[in-house]
Amino acid sequence: MFSTFKKLFITLIAIFAFATSASARIEFDITRGNVEPLPVAIMDFQGDKVAQDISAIISNNLRNSGLFKITDKAAFIQKTLPVSGRPKLEDWRVLNVQALANGAVSKLADGRLRVDYRLWDIFASEEVFGGKRLEIEAKFWRRAAHIISDKIYEGLTGEKGYFDSRVVFVDESGPKNKRVKRLVIMDQDGANIRTLTRGSDLVLTPRFSPTRQEITYMSFEGGQPRVYLLQIETGQREVVGNFPGMTFSPRFSPDGQKIVMSLQQEGNANIYSMDLRSRNTTRLTSGAAIDTAPSFAPDGSRLVFESDRGGRQQLYVMGAGGGTPKRISFGNGRYSTPVWSPRGDLIAFTKQSGGQFLIGVMKPDGSGERILAEGFHNEGPTWAPNGRVLMFFRESPGAKGGPKLYSIDLTGRNERKVQTPSFASDPAWSPLLD
Amino acid sequence: MLAATSILKSPAVLALALGLAVAGCAKKDKLPDNSGQLGLNNSGEAPGSPGEFTTTIGDRVFFETDSTILTATARQTLTGQAQWLLRYPNYLITIEGHADERGTREYNLALGARRAAATRDFLASQGVPRSRIRTISFGKERPIAVCNDISCWSQNRRARTALTQPQG
Repeated sequence: MFSTFKKLFITLIAIFAFATSASARIEFDITRGNVEPLPVAIMDFQGDKVAQDISAIISNNLRNSGLFKITDKAAFIQKTLPVSGRPKLEDWRVLNVQALANGAVSKLADGRLRVDYRLWDIFASEEVFGGKRLEIEAKFWRRAAHIISDKIYEGLTGEKGYFDSRVVFVDESGPKNKRVKRLVIMDQDGANIRTLTRGSDLVLTPRFSPTRQEITYMSFEGGQPRVYLLQIETGQREVVGNFPGMTFSPRFSPDGQKIVMSLQQEGNANIYSMDLRSRNTTRLTSGAAIDTAPSFAPDGSRLVFESDRGGRQQLYVMGAGGGTPKRISFGNGRYSTPVWSPRGDLIAFTKQSGGQFLIGVMKPDGSGERILAEGFHNEGPTWAPNGRVLMFFRESPGAKGGPKLYSIDLTGRNERKVQTPSFASDPAWSPLLD
Repeated sequence: MLAATSILKSPAVLALALGLAVAGCAKKDKLPDNSGQLGLNNSGEAPGSPGEFTTTIGDRVFFETDSTILTATARQTLTGQAQWLLRYPNYLITIEGHADERGTREYNLALGARRAAATRDFLASQGVPRSRIRTISFGKERPIAVCNDISCWSQNRRARTALTQPQG
């Protein structure tokens, strides 16, 4: 059953990935209905309250992915199932449940939690996986739920999950002409909110290190707009490089050893890369243009960035060491804030067209453009670690308006608001925590 | 011009000017952008004060959408600014470049910087020493008008000439 689902899921992604025509918008009507969410039952894990809470988070994660329909617990015929037991298949088949997860949570002598869990294919009458065990500090019980969610997602789709991850964003408060902006970090599902900067300085565009608990971002501290590096756990900060002008739009290289960013030089912005160990800087672009928003391919070999060298903002790809950039966006409008998917197969972007700000994706050669989100103002996509979901911010107009975070999957049909305490912009998704 | 500066430094004149400024501060008539050139000053602001600069000459110029070209009006205002700044050479100058909200964040930071640079270059071409001028871009982060239409966006596409108090 899942093999069918897996095939369908992968086929769907493939259809989108290979859709061609750089400028035409793709209609989703044909393919949208192709993958019905797979009915899945998540039984309450056995154990005390935390066991139920873990089950609830798993259900929530899987539901939010848009790929699964979580069967209502009230409808269950078989009410309990020990982690070592076998489900009564007929009781689940009647409910049309295709997959079932059960588990148990116990406390170890040292206070840590042990979670045992299994995943069943009801129609094939076999385990997808059995006897998985996780041991984790009790205070990280939510992470246990996310890790298990990822295992279930992978077991059912054949793709890596994205639930054990975090999001850093800019929290916005105060009136529109006097916004206070703070860096805030939270779990992918909005839990465990933590403020990283105090709000005394304007901060923008935070980005995660792919390898360390580090964020690079831009701050106007001391009236000097510059790129900074922030250690998430210690709060330690430092300026990146010693540049003569404004530095902005930073992003890490995939190995975490370099930061690429723009340096403002008179009226022009050029892209520089700085090696974090040697502190050597390399100029990657030159000329009378605004070159900004650089983002590495996951293998580190190339960069995509936006430039107005041709008159208005378009996307260009060049080698990681510089060289002649090749324009890849040719649709009707202006293209900006490109971000290379962690899978390497797509580049997400903001597109301004017809007075709207859209979120879309295209292949790295510029073909297969698809718009996923439309409206007055959508901006700044970031990829989930599995490259199947995007998060971005959507700004509502007017004096009382402001930005909120949204997520959308690659089919374009599963758009969700991401809960944040206040207005929120510039989201950046972390890699899987592992 | 030097005479004007030295007169202003006389405490009596300064006190008089401040008195006038206080008396007149409830009435801030909006003067044309180029009023400074015309020698107008009915603002009640003390001659040589940042207040006078703002009310009689105008501390900001506006740009067309996605443009860094100085309009005729902007050049007129900046010509007035340059004359005033040459008359009062002690002020340090920060030019703040801004963009409206209808652009993406990173690009707007660079666009604001371009606008600030264009403004600085014009002032320099009018004789204001570059060493007095610093530029900064706020991109779309600091709008002054917050409604949702073109009338507001056009007020936000601006470069503001901010003065720092004379030293000593």
